[in-house]
Amino acid sequence: MSTATRQAAPPPTRARGDVRGARRLFVVRELGIGLALVLLVAVTTIYNPRFLNAQSRKDLMLGATILVVLAVGQAIVVITRNVDLSVGSVLGLSAFATGKLFLAMSETPIVLAVLAGVGLGLLCGIVNGALIAVARVPALVVTLGTLYVFRGVDYSWAAGQQINAADMPSGFKRMGTATLLGIPVLALFAIAVLVFAGYYLRNYRSGREMYAIGSDPEAARLSGIPVGWRVFTAMAISGALAGLAGVLHAARFGTLDAAAGNGIELQVVAAVVVGGVAIFGGSGSVYGAALGALLLSTIGSALPVLRIDPFWQQAVVGALILAAIGLDRALTARIASRLRGRRARGA
Amino acid sequence: MPERPEHPAALLTLSGVRKSFGAVQALVDGRLELRAGEVHALVGENGAGKSTLVKVLAGVHAPDEGFVALDGEPLHFAGPADARAAGIAVIYQEPTLFPDLSVAENIFMGRQPLRGLRRIDAAAMRRRTSELFARLGVRMDPDRPARGLSIADQQLVEIAKALSFDARVLVMDEPTAALSGVEVERLFAVVRSLREAGAAVLFISHRFDEVFALCQRVTVMRDGRWVSTDPTGDLTVGQVVRRMVGREVSQLYPKQETEAGDVVLEVRDLTRLGVFDAVSFDVRAGEIVALAGLVGAGRSEVVRAVFGVDRYDSGEVFVGRKRLPRGRPAVAMAAGVALVPEDRRQQGLVMELSIERNATLTRRWSLSRLGLLGPRVERLDAGRWLQRLRVKAGHLADPVSTLSGGNQQKVVLAKWLSTSPKVLIVDEPTRGIDVGTKAEVHRLMSQLAAEGVAVLMVSSELPEVLGMADRVLVMHEGRLVEEIARERADEESVMLAATGQGAGDAG
Repeated sequence: MSTATRQAAPPPTRARGDVRGARRLFVVRELGIGLALVLLVAVTTIYNPRFLNAQSRKDLMLGATILVVLAVGQAIVVITRNVDLSVGSVLGLSAFATGKLFLAMSETPIVLAVLAGVGLGLLCGIVNGALIAVARVPALVVTLGTLYVFRGVDYSWAAGQQINAADMPSGFKRMGTATLLGIPVLALFAIAVLVFAGYYLRNYRSGREMYAIGSDPEAARLSGIPVGWRVFTAMAISGALAGLAGVLHAARFGTLDAAAGNGIELQVVAAVVVGGVAIFGGSGSVYGAALGALLLSTIGSALPVLRIDPFWQQAVVGALILAAIGLDRALTARIASRLRGRRARGA
Repeated sequence: MPERPEHPAALLTLSGVRKSFGAVQALVDGRLELRAGEVHALVGENGAGKSTLVKVLAGVHAPDEGFVALDGEPLHFAGPADARAAGIAVIYQEPTLFPDLSVAENIFMGRQPLRGLRRIDAAAMRRRTSELFARLGVRMDPDRPARGLSIADQQLVEIAKALSFDARVLVMDEPTAALSGVEVERLFAVVRSLREAGAAVLFISHRFDEVFALCQRVTVMRDGRWVSTDPTGDLTVGQVVRRMVGREVSQLYPKQETEAGDVVLEVRDLTRLGVFDAVSFDVRAGEIVALAGLVGAGRSEVVRAVFGVDRYDSGEVFVGRKRLPRGRPAVAMAAGVALVPEDRRQQGLVMELSIERNATLTRRWSLSRLGLLGPRVERLDAGRWLQRLRVKAGHLADPVSTLSGGNQQKVVLAKWLSTSPKVLIVDEPTRGIDVGTKAEVHRLMSQLAAEGVAVLMVSSELPEVLGMADRVLVMHEGRLVEEIARERADEESVMLAATGQGAGDAG
């Protein structure tokens, strides 16, 4: 029998070009969002050149900052095949806590305020992570619950109170408007977070293991990856970044009530999906998610300039999400068929 | 502690290992002794506890009793990472790769080579992957994602993974189940070279020719218990089979002689561009026709097209002189065609649903009253069929995923047989099933044919093809190259036709 089959199939070798092509398609995925962004900015600028003047550029970056920070955290969670719906509530809680801190002690150093906000967010993330790990409940359900719990805590703490910008120390408010080399200081936070997270996911074992978990949780368990612990970490990171986003929110707007960040979680998930992070985990990058966030917030600013009814903004975002998902499906099918090469000639 | 090194060279021993899952005792008395430089076979029927034993070795399950010892030192695994650190590599029946990650990352996941600041050294990782592939004699791009790799290539990646951490014990759970002849040869060459390098290999297989060709000793298990361990040279296939089933297997291929009736299934010039070309054949009532050929010859594709799951470009399919529209499985079912698919986990069963619901899924409409499907009807009916097929199950309401592979296959069969088909198409009916169940499946097919069902069987196992079929249709590269009658069919004639060297005297 073996002599008869010996001459059959040569060892499976694939043309390298096919694999390269597949990788190129992945790059194209992020390039596509970048291109859409450039196109949007170009069209809007042609329509109204003031769209790209210094003040407007700064506003665009500031507008994207909070969404980018949240999207980076969310991308890490989604890569592990989970989701964090509580980020909006964590942001609100952290923003209000920052205001309260300054009301109580207006001398608080800014660094301490930032650390306090991040710490509070981290705590919320740990609650999420622990519930998922201990109760073995899907993240979707746990964070849907904590979305209301954290918001409820926020409301009962605020008890209708509003913190005014006038109550904030001037140093903190300056941070909200200051720029460094033309880039708002707040945006620098987002850029730092993005670069750190991107580098971590790419170059550290635990980062790669997050991709592995999202790609196949059962295989991850069998290959000895501490799945529960990694998911816990991802939730904690997302919480901490939502906490940071709360501080940035406080610095930017100054006036705070308990409703800050209400409903932003869906925008964040939208940004992540539009940015090419597969909702079932395992693929995508924080850079893509950040680009998605930038695209969504830029659309928000561009539509009024283009004199398009703001009413349409949501429809555009929805269309983008559908387009992103469709593109993903098409790419996956394309890649799969390329990688499989020509039909097995194994006969 | 019953610790007694039976042999000086015993590298790994398992003694008195017991493991229960709730009320189910998967392992009652698991024993194993692996020596350095030997390939050791582990055989047993499905449900004999082989997979549980493997998972104990892999650190996935902690034994309730008994222990695992390496070099005489008892080990306690808190998880798979501990077993791996001890030098035990496991290649599971279904490869466990990460489809989104590159081949190199799959091999080194969790153990990536590092450079400064504990960062991953991607260049070193790629280089070492290339070295491993060179050692294995494979050409594969370390950077390509694992998605889309063939099963054989996935297994090579798993073996490369085992090599990468110098595993002293390599466990392979049915590695050849989905491989073609050439791929099996290549795998064996790799296993032999590992053995020569001093590793202990545990090889689990249902194919006795492989067990006897590759292994030095064989351990038999039955009902979660150790039965015997002997050098393969001292045993015959018959003895091993008797120990596995604990009884005589009356006849391996209980083919009943039947009278072929009218043509029930007629396939004319079925073509799907690039996949199969102008395939024509008939199957008569009471006849078992085997569709043979090498993996990738297009056999499964043809039967899937006949059933209407896949499309085809031209040609016609008739059942009882009625033409079937293409791409409409529901119409095919109504006409009395049943397809038992190749991949039971993906295509045959809804793994999360209960055993009873899976078994009655094909008749959820005919069993329901006033549009409602009562649990009692479902249970009674499923119970009848599962009893007839001798399915070993704890509780019918348990998810079907809790059953062993052979019992899962029986549930798939029950689901289709209960529709009383006129044409039964089975694709690899006994892949990954133990001897006892195999014989039962064969007996069942033979009995169905005797009752006048037209049976079309796709099979890669030559003994099965030769033992069961009235006629053998051989496919080669998408074409039907030869039809061989039962009297003239032997291993040589089928293999020659399958490799495209047939005499060309098609009937």
